[in-house]
Amino acid sequence: MAAITLTGLTKEFPGAVRALDALDLSIADGEFFALLGPSGCGKTTLLRTIAGLETPTAGTVRIGEREVTALTPGARDVAMVFQDYALFPHMTVLDNIAYPLRIRHEPRQARTARAESVGEHLGLRALMGRRPAELSGGQQQRVALARAVACRPSVFLFDEPLSNLDARLRLEARTFLKRLQRELGVTTVFVTHDQAEALALADRIAVMEAGQIRQLGTPREVFGRPANTFVANFIGSTPMNLLPAVVSGGALDLGGHALPAPTVLSTLDGGEKVTVGVRPEYVSLRRSATEGALPGSVSIVENLGTSSLVTVEVGDLLIGATVPEEDEPEAGSPVWLVPNPDRLLIYRAADGALVG
Amino acid sequence: MTAVNDSDGVRLASTVVRRIFFYVLIGGGTAFFALPLLWLLSASFDDTPTYAVRVPRHFSLGSFAEIGRNPYALRSLLNSTVLAVATMAIVVTAAALAAYALSRARVPGRDALLYALLLLSSVVTGTAAMVPIFLLIFQLGLIDSNVGVVLVLSGGLLPAAIFLLKDFIDTIPRSYEESARVFGASPLQILRHIVVPVARPGLATIGVWTVVQVWGSFLTPFILLRDPDKQPAAVLVRTFYTEGGSPNLKLIAAFSLLYSIPVVLMYLLAWSRYGFRFHGGIKS
Repeated sequence: MAAITLTGLTKEFPGAVRALDALDLSIADGEFFALLGPSGCGKTTLLRTIAGLETPTAGTVRIGEREVTALTPGARDVAMVFQDYALFPHMTVLDNIAYPLRIRHEPRQARTARAESVGEHLGLRALMGRRPAELSGGQQQRVALARAVACRPSVFLFDEPLSNLDARLRLEARTFLKRLQRELGVTTVFVTHDQAEALALADRIAVMEAGQIRQLGTPREVFGRPANTFVANFIGSTPMNLLPAVVSGGALDLGGHALPAPTVLSTLDGGEKVTVGVRPEYVSLRRSATEGALPGSVSIVENLGTSSLVTVEVGDLLIGATVPEEDEPEAGSPVWLVPNPDRLLIYRAADGALVG
Repeated sequence: MTAVNDSDGVRLASTVVRRIFFYVLIGGGTAFFALPLLWLLSASFDDTPTYAVRVPRHFSLGSFAEIGRNPYALRSLLNSTVLAVATMAIVVTAAALAAYALSRARVPGRDALLYALLLLSSVVTGTAAMVPIFLLIFQLGLIDSNVGVVLVLSGGLLPAAIFLLKDFIDTIPRSYEESARVFGASPLQILRHIVVPVARPGLATIGVWTVVQVWGSFLTPFILLRDPDKQPAAVLVRTFYTEGGSPNLKLIAAFSLLYSIPVVLMYLLAWSRYGFRFHGGIKS
């Protein structure tokens, strides 16, 4: 069990590619921490730098009480699960799970016993004699987890361990992973590009872009109050509406329509350009004209199962709103949109930062 | 109705004709390549072999007895084995290390280097380079020594072996090694526990290929070895003439049969164990 502290961490690859840019981050002991971001944002490089598979160009990595920046991966007391699981194809499940113990020169009997008990705990008892090629994707993922668990590390590093599973299995594996982490209480860093996965699993999330952390917070904070338009765009199963507007006289001018102004507007000058963010879930759709509503016509209706995402044309803007199932409007029909004023997020247009 | 039947009939006829043509072609090709092999089999057991392929008139094992009486024949097979095994050991070990390094390290101009090596290697053991190679080995004092032959043959085979093995090792995911590294394995442990076992089909393929190449090589041992006691089988066959100066067909046929058996057996063994498929360790 150990906390992880990263200070001024920078990683440059040949060709002046900056994968990590002077990054500071503290991960608490026992925390389930997600690194979230689009591909190429540096999240995997960050994980590999913590593991010691990449050497940072500058900065330090501390795990627990130790500074490990110059240590080899094997000396850091971490266990990593790779995206492709990296199970050794020529070894049985048992030998795969026992491999970390074999490296540590534990006697054969002790390592077999440990591998068997860990394997049994993870529901692999019937598969111990098989080779990885004879396992399904979900079983391979469990063997990779068991191998990590068997070496009893102070930190788990997971590199997209669920992305090779099909959608249904991924949900089961997600629950399993969270339960396992709770039970073992080992500090876990988890890389994913799937925002739903990060929201569901993590205690805290770091949303990354271009080698930097754009927002650090609990899933509730990151989902409810994205710190900038990048995070706002990235988080959420349905894309957030990000609409250009101008502050005018204590209200918002949205393409010629006035929107009721949140109190924060008093801190902004009149005429300042802003981006208004509101999730489709917080926009209600009316069939008749309402005071202060945005009039438009239905463009597209997408079925999401228990709800539908309705895209409405308001002037030149396209605004999404969700409606309950069985309540979809006809395409082309006139509707009126009322955003929930408490859920409006105002971003400065210049730098995309949250104002309120 | 009749029109449909007619066109069906035409199609059937053309299919049949195409099939017949196909089988005749295949049959011709097979016969062309099978004839020398059949001759080898029949002449070996014939008391008075000729150049014709025929069922032996007088079945006899006399040819094989004559091989036993020839002072050099069995010895040459042993020489061939020594050369092949020594060359294979050097080629497989050196190629594995080189291919692993070339596959994993970032070397500028790596692919150009490999292609250049491959191109030059056909020159190294080729006829054109024989004079300089002879002089080089002479200066090294390795004329008439197995060491010289093994070195020259290894040098000639290594580029192609490295090239093939590097391609094979490229297909082994790096995550295997990284995973082992995170668990604390040393580079040598990674090589022993992970890379060699996973690359075993590739190593076996290279091993068999090397043995076959050495087994059949004539020019290099012919030029570098003087002592008839050291000649490998491929060089010895050249000396099988009767006192009258005509080829000793009995001896040539029987000896060639013995000579080809190990190669066939090795192919069968490697094929049944590894199937000669070059693939990595992961399900695609």
